[in-house]
Amino acid sequence: MPAPTANAVTARTGEPSATGATRAGIHWPRVALYVILGLFCIYYLLPLYVMLVNSLKPLSEITAGGMMALPGEWTIAPWQSAWSTAQVGVEATGLRPYFINSLLMVVPAVAITTVIGALNGYVLTKWRFRGATLVFGLLLFGCFIPFQMVLIPMARMLGLMGIAGTVTGLVFVHMVYGIGFSTLYFRNYYAAFPDELVRAAQIDGAGFFTIFWRILLPSSGPIAVVCIIWLFTNIWNDFLFGASFSDFDSQPMTVALNNLVQSSTGVKEYNVHFAGAIMAALPTLFVYIVAGRYFVRGLMSGSVKG
Amino acid sequence: MAISDTVRHRGAADRLRDLLPKLVLSPSVALVGIFVYGFILFTLYLSFTDSRILPSFGWVGWQNYGFLFRIRAWDTALTNLVIFGTLYIVICCLLGLLLAIFLDQRIRAEGFIRTIYLYPMALSFIVTGVAWKWFLDPGIGVEAVVRGWGFESFTFDWIKDSDMAIYTIVIAAVWQTSGFVMAMFLAGLRGIDSEMLRAAEIDGASTMALYRRIVIPQLRPAFMSAFVVLAHMAIKSYDLVIALTNGGPGTATEVPATFMYSYTFTRNQMGIGASSAVIMMLTIAAIIVPYLWSELREKK
Repeated sequence: MPAPTANAVTARTGEPSATGATRAGIHWPRVALYVILGLFCIYYLLPLYVMLVNSLKPLSEITAGGMMALPGEWTIAPWQSAWSTAQVGVEATGLRPYFINSLLMVVPAVAITTVIGALNGYVLTKWRFRGATLVFGLLLFGCFIPFQMVLIPMARMLGLMGIAGTVTGLVFVHMVYGIGFSTLYFRNYYAAFPDELVRAAQIDGAGFFTIFWRILLPSSGPIAVVCIIWLFTNIWNDFLFGASFSDFDSQPMTVALNNLVQSSTGVKEYNVHFAGAIMAALPTLFVYIVAGRYFVRGLMSGSVKG
Repeated sequence: MAISDTVRHRGAADRLRDLLPKLVLSPSVALVGIFVYGFILFTLYLSFTDSRILPSFGWVGWQNYGFLFRIRAWDTALTNLVIFGTLYIVICCLLGLLLAIFLDQRIRAEGFIRTIYLYPMALSFIVTGVAWKWFLDPGIGVEAVVRGWGFESFTFDWIKDSDMAIYTIVIAAVWQTSGFVMAMFLAGLRGIDSEMLRAAEIDGASTMALYRRIVIPQLRPAFMSAFVVLAHMAIKSYDLVIALTNGGPGTATEVPATFMYSYTFTRNQMGIGASSAVIMMLTIAAIIVPYLWSELREKK
């Protein structure tokens, strides 16, 4: 089982189990337990709170030492500035163009990588050949290498391919290094799919693609969601490739945000930085809140994270 | 396995059909072959050359590795990786285990609490870095706030302190990942045989003994996965350091990933940069290869 903590384990993350019941020590002061859990909720939420309230107050309130306080004067000016007028690098464009770059990068990269992963998973489980496990192992290992190891040749290769410093180049890079994981997801999922159905269809004369299209694909919904969410989160959040292979006008959101925050010219507009940080976080947070169950499942079965 | 064998007719078209699955797989194999394994070999080769701004093919043997280990910034990077990696793994595991055990006590609103603990995992390390960078900044963050509350002498300026800055990276990284480790342990806890626990409980074992003797030993696989995930993330960590401290103050929070980047792309010492990448690669391989090996073998 290539996904270590995966399947056996995720199956039961739903309701508290009978095991929990026996272990629920009546000796434990329940109140203390809830207090501790509550304190940890605060711990995890605190940075989000800090980002949110400080993105909605004037800079003067922050510099006066009021970081933890609610805004005295509420304002959305920092958001407007972060979105459309803040100085990012050399230009005062706000983060909008970079947000769009990230979208243009993430959508095709996720789509292509998912389709390839599905086909690979199908071949590796339903058309097994000698050495299939080895091929899979080699694909998978590619996910875990430190990407520092490929930065230098990749920079040259993108140049040779004529897509250096473009969003297309980033799409390509993310696709190449996403294949391992998308293959992993679909392979594990299709492994549990009954071979008999495939064989029956084959006897009826269905070909390779017909079987995939008519039999496997219709039941691939859940794993496709897991795979798409995983790729979306990873690619949206990537920084290393974005920083290495993009030009000023093709930078993704994470790189632009970092430039905004690190820029040493002028006054540090913390409120604008926080607004920008939330903007960069919103798409993945949204996905997490809407489809958290699938997000967790992806994390667990891709347990060794890329 | 046997599917392709059931087809017995042997025309040219049929042979093509038999080849089709491999044809479908082959672009991926080719891509990974070139862009992963080919590139690894290329970088490995570069690490033995005199490459500076651009790749060059003048063979210099082990010279880059000799230089590398005499560079103070690399020494700092390795020391930091050990400090960061150890604390990160240990704290994440302890915190994750503790929270998982607490959450496994038939907690009301468990799903809701889990959602809160785990959400940082959905964020980019850059976002985490920005949030914690200003939160820990003595000028406006915790220090300023506590002083504002009347504790005038309160000091918390680790992020500006060369000796302590690396610990701020631990703080932010633990915040981001511990919820995920919690989820892994929680899943492990839910997989434990409840009969055995009930039996031990009837035998009069205390809750503490129950956990020490039965539950935690059974979490071994979860610990293994957590260790591999965290070690792997620690070695690769780059974004967070860049966003939080940018390697500073000075080079105080340099880690191998930032070292590799700056030597290769800003200091134009590509040969040395490549050799540092090779060291990172070997460290990760030492953890991942045995792990993948055992996982893939079990399956057979």
